[in-house]
Amino acid sequence: MNRKYLGYLFEIAWILPSVAVPIAFLVAIVITAFAVGIAVPGNVGRVDPKALNTTPPFDKPGLRELAPGRYEAVVTAQLFNFTPGELEIPAGSKVTFIVTSRDVIHGYKIENTPVNMMVIPGQISRMTTTFDTPGEYYVYCHEYCGGGHHLMVGKVIVTPAKTASANR
Amino acid sequence: MATARVSGVSIAAERAEVGVFATEYRLTGLNLLVAFIALAIGGLFGVLQALQYNGIDLYKPIAPVLRGGYYQGLALHGVLNVLVFTTFFIIGWLTFVTSRSLGIPLASRALGWTTFGVMTAGLLIAALPLLLNNATVLFTFYPPLKADPLFYIGLTLVVVGTWLLLINQVMMLRQWRAANPAARIPLPAFMAIVTMTMWVICTFGVAAEMLFLLIPWSLGLVPGTDPVLARTLFWFTGHPIVYFWLLPVYISWYNFVPQQAGGRLFSDPMARVSFILFLILSTPIGMHHQYTDPGISEIWKLVHAIFTFGVFFPSLLTFFNVVASLENGGRARGGKGWLVWVFSLPWREPSFTAQVLAMILFAFGGAGGLINASYNINLVVHNTSWVAGHFHLTVGTAVTLSFMGITYWLVPHLTGRRLWSPMMALVQAWTWFVGMGIFSHWMHMLGLLSMPRRTAIGAMREIQPEWEALLPMVAVGAIIMFVSAILYYLNMVLTITAGKRDAVPMVPFARAVSGPEDSPRVLDNFKPWLVIAFTLIVINYAPTLIRLVSEMQFIPGIRSW
Repeated sequence: MNRKYLGYLFEIAWILPSVAVPIAFLVAIVITAFAVGIAVPGNVGRVDPKALNTTPPFDKPGLRELAPGRYEAVVTAQLFNFTPGELEIPAGSKVTFIVTSRDVIHGYKIENTPVNMMVIPGQISRMTTTFDTPGEYYVYCHEYCGGGHHLMVGKVIVTPAKTASANR
Repeated sequence: MATARVSGVSIAAERAEVGVFATEYRLTGLNLLVAFIALAIGGLFGVLQALQYNGIDLYKPIAPVLRGGYYQGLALHGVLNVLVFTTFFIIGWLTFVTSRSLGIPLASRALGWTTFGVMTAGLLIAALPLLLNNATVLFTFYPPLKADPLFYIGLTLVVVGTWLLLINQVMMLRQWRAANPAARIPLPAFMAIVTMTMWVICTFGVAAEMLFLLIPWSLGLVPGTDPVLARTLFWFTGHPIVYFWLLPVYISWYNFVPQQAGGRLFSDPMARVSFILFLILSTPIGMHHQYTDPGISEIWKLVHAIFTFGVFFPSLLTFFNVVASLENGGRARGGKGWLVWVFSLPWREPSFTAQVLAMILFAFGGAGGLINASYNINLVVHNTSWVAGHFHLTVGTAVTLSFMGITYWLVPHLTGRRLWSPMMALVQAWTWFVGMGIFSHWMHMLGLLSMPRRTAIGAMREIQPEWEALLPMVAVGAIIMFVSAILYYLNMVLTITAGKRDAVPMVPFARAVSGPEDSPRVLDNFKPWLVIAFTLIVINYAPTLIRLVSEMQFIPGIRSW
């Protein structure tokens, strides 16, 4: 066979999987994002960072039970801590985190969960996850926010499910 | 063996050519000098960071000079390495490539000097607040962290300076086309012009951020700025900037490494197609850096994810084409078998070896990049040390080690002095490869354990024991790279000052197995591709940008360091 056509054959043998493999990956991503529900944060809305003390829900940061096993955690981020710094959540509960910043850009990443958000002044960040395993989960500010950035660590304490049912 | 040697070849014509390009060579040399001075200072802070992670704080002894400690060092590390080093090297390199490939000098040498002058002035203006701890906002300078206005003005001047090279290139292309109406644009010049065109288009984002948001705000002309709008404009430029770093490396991998390997480029048409795809697809994908941002809809994030997977395609074309060219070289040198030809490659040639080692780590960097681009999978790694591990494989190795490799033939070519020690250069390439491999592997691992990036880990109250077990390897990698850097700089200084005055080595331009005669002519006509590029940018960015501008908030600036 002509060497040039052999070259084209190799090129096609490479190009076809180069198209097929990324498409397969994309299909898997779309399924997990929209059918399994591992979603990224979206456009929730704006808030005035100077008026957080009078703007619900940020006027009362903390954990609220919406229904049995269903919670909402309202958190504000500021130099160099989170309010509240610790959240206690019964195992098995589904929690929606609603977070905003009072000053500069912060991060909100709860270890060993998909919760990973940028926290931007003027914007509301929202993500939902379920905590199945009891234990302590550190929450890291993972965007440089100033001289004390490395001190900005919060905690989510997931208590055994027994306590949760007792609460109900 | 002789075919692959880049040094020691001398012909009278080559010497005469060098005389014609004296100004271009001076400009290239000056740009490289600024670039590598920046890398030396920036790189040093990288070592301090890795030691700080392990509780060795070397910021206290230097506090009388730099008050800002870890974060000021981090700002210098980022700005000097990924903004200054890359940009100056690329402008110098592309000046060289364009003029030598077209065979004509810069269309306007005055404009060439202005390019260098504006960039250098910008660098000095930005350096002042950086060194005085008045711009400890890192290389992303996300507002409302508020730096001294000189920082923003200086960086803007550096970017504006780079635009002038494209003007020169377009004028040169016109001259060249008038003289060669039927010929195809030589591949290296074609790629250099595509790179600069892509760069100028994508820098509209950061230029708008600087001119309309950050500069007026830092000067106190407006009461605040909108952080999400600023981030979106930043990443409009911030992703394509990685192609601005990579494409000049690809220029070397496509046009010079095959010759150094003793073979030919496998396919000119495939190379041209991949660069046109980079021109079209590099910019409308920037929101994949904002998957975790509020204020941007999931749908646009997903669209950008899909296009990001699209730009993976020309990267895969490049992978195939470059490896096929290496195989062509290996076989031309007598290599046999499916893979054994690898051992026939010129591994004693430091320029070649550095760039092939860079390619190997880049394969891992590319795979990691695909993970980062994967929409919700990104939630596992976003802003952890995984990301820092990732881009030390890409910009820190694929780009930096390749640039070092290029200088192993380019500096002797520019100065007419023989490389002082090829053996030292070989050891340098291998130590960078090993050091970065170690550093990056453990940074990735730590990221999977949720260790945040851009954080003074050594000063944290909550260091996890799992991290402490892995952190020493980060320092080991950094120290090996430090040794590598010393070998590099020693070799370069000795080459320039004490290198044997030698015959000027030839520029190792490669020929192609399947040459430009097999490339469709439409690839050399930029207009249709520019129309497609602009259309995609408008589709992918206009709805979000228009909404963000209409909702704009004025958030006051803060100096929190």
